[in-house]
Amino acid sequence: MKGLTKEYVLKRLGMLILTVWLGATIIFIIPRLAPGDPVEGMIGKMAITGTHIENSEEMIEAWRARFGLDKPILVQYFRYLYNTFTFNQGFSLSSFPATVDSMISRSLPWTIGLLTTATLISFILGNLIGALMAWRGTPKLVKAALPISLIFTSIPAFMLGILMIYLFAINRDWLPYAGGFDRGLTVGWNWQYISSVLKHSVLPALSVILVTIGSWALRMRGMMITTDGEDFMILAKAKGLSPWRIFWAYGVRNAILPQITALGVTLGTIAGGFVVVETVFAYPGLGYLLFEAILNSDYTVIQGIVFYIIFAVALAIFIVDLTYPLIDPRITYKKG
Amino acid sequence: MEEKVLMDTGNSNIKTVGFWQSPWFNPKLIIGSILLLSVFLISNIGPIFWDKDMALVGSSPTNVVPLWVTEKPSGLLKDADPAHPLGTESNGRDMLAVLLVGTPRTLRIGLIGAGIGMLVGIILGFTAGLMGGWVDYVISTLCDTMVSMPGLAVLVVIAAYIPQMEVNNLAMIMAIFAWPLPARSIRAQILSMRERDFIKLALISGSSKIDIMFREIMPNLLPYLAASFVVTVSGVILASTGVETLGLGPTRIPTLGTTINGALRATAMFRGMWWWWGPPIVVLVIIFVGLFLINVGLDEIANPRLRGLKS
Repeated sequence: MKGLTKEYVLKRLGMLILTVWLGATIIFIIPRLAPGDPVEGMIGKMAITGTHIENSEEMIEAWRARFGLDKPILVQYFRYLYNTFTFNQGFSLSSFPATVDSMISRSLPWTIGLLTTATLISFILGNLIGALMAWRGTPKLVKAALPISLIFTSIPAFMLGILMIYLFAINRDWLPYAGGFDRGLTVGWNWQYISSVLKHSVLPALSVILVTIGSWALRMRGMMITTDGEDFMILAKAKGLSPWRIFWAYGVRNAILPQITALGVTLGTIAGGFVVVETVFAYPGLGYLLFEAILNSDYTVIQGIVFYIIFAVALAIFIVDLTYPLIDPRITYKKG
Repeated sequence: MEEKVLMDTGNSNIKTVGFWQSPWFNPKLIIGSILLLSVFLISNIGPIFWDKDMALVGSSPTNVVPLWVTEKPSGLLKDADPAHPLGTESNGRDMLAVLLVGTPRTLRIGLIGAGIGMLVGIILGFTAGLMGGWVDYVISTLCDTMVSMPGLAVLVVIAAYIPQMEVNNLAMIMAIFAWPLPARSIRAQILSMRERDFIKLALISGSSKIDIMFREIMPNLLPYLAASFVVTVSGVILASTGVETLGLGPTRIPTLGTTINGALRATAMFRGMWWWWGPPIVVLVIIFVGLFLINVGLDEIANPRLRGLKS
């Protein structure tokens, strides 16, 4: 743990808090930029879209009270921040007795589990492919085959998802097309349930992996080519080290460093895109909950979900940032 | 063959490069440009020959299969009709008209959104890179926080509050998250360029900062700016189709993303109506692949090392 200085950790922690605060503030401001008072706006739009609201009068009153809309805007803001940071997002509008936090905590494990696994697989495979593409010692046949893995780069994950549902779940009955597990199974640590969960996660995970793998590979290829020109590589070759050792301990070890920074930067984009992937697969995570909330004009749930996605991504970036100095000892010398 | 002098090394050793060896003759760049140009031209010339109003709800019979489909996926669908070569969907929109109307609208969201984003990105990137100090600190911290935010999710909240979504609104909203990445990369480029000799020389020779910015830095930055713009367009179209697929796009006149949303909501996949969700995806894939190839091509032009190991 020598690489982790106090200054570095504090600075990263500052970024984490800043991001979450900025996100929460944006979520606070947007409804207030809309004409009228936010509660009226919500109920009004729900009425337009024909959503049935139970006890709407009481709800308007309850909401006004919670927002404290008669108070000055600054009081409202601090009250909102207090509620947000104490993880109290209030009640859902469309399924009233349920709280936003309870709905989110049910969906969150699905999203985090699948997204983390898919991102890690994509990161490892993509970097390996990129490194092999740039490496002189790669067999010709392998080198010619590698670019095939790049064909899905730049296609949105959810579109690949739609295609795969059609090909593998509807045309051929190989994999399930929707949901997180088969109905009627007992939830728990039994084989039937776990295998069902795994089966349901194959297509959504694959659509994220196939789409993101190419950009990792392309960037890694560039980085490996740059690394290959460095003096220490020539020295390693001159010393007569084995190609295996040069590839891993000298090439990949150095070329992968900027990729870890890039992982932090792209996490937000991947998480955002995953929202739509989940919708397409009706996967029971945050993205699908968000889709349902949009359909029901359930504004409290929409805001709650987006806050938690911002929070989760910021936390993940924080963790990635903390591992970075452990891998690259040079980073601690950069102060300020 | 046309011969061009690329580099004068100062003595008799002048390096000449043939036309076909010019870095701009990059196959990826050319194929990408052709793909995009053909989508652009077809979707803009097409409406001359095809009635655009058939993209509206109820303008055509519902559930017609495309011309070449002889075996109907289900009995509830209508037989092929020469008046609707690509078929129609369940709301009575003609699919060919939907594509011809939706594609330019989707492209427009990309261009406007990315245009605004790039403009803000260039201004902030240049300010941060040239001024340095606390200005740089504030701008780059802001960029870092914005980049690490899941843009699409926040855009969904914003879009959810807009009662009547139109193409221009959507483009404007998309610009909110389009500027941080270009700003960051432009700032980084300027920082590295500031250290180069020709900028130092210009400074010593007494050129003003604005002069250096426009006459020394800008021209050298062009390939990066172009690549950055292409990435931003791609990002904006990706985000906007995502928001539209979630059901927050313009509804009356379709875009490619709202068409996919309509298909998902009407469970077109399970009713065998692949011509509803398929064509918009194909057009979008052509657009994305085109932009991607252009970006990779520009990258190879800007960084000659990426063109491959020829040693």
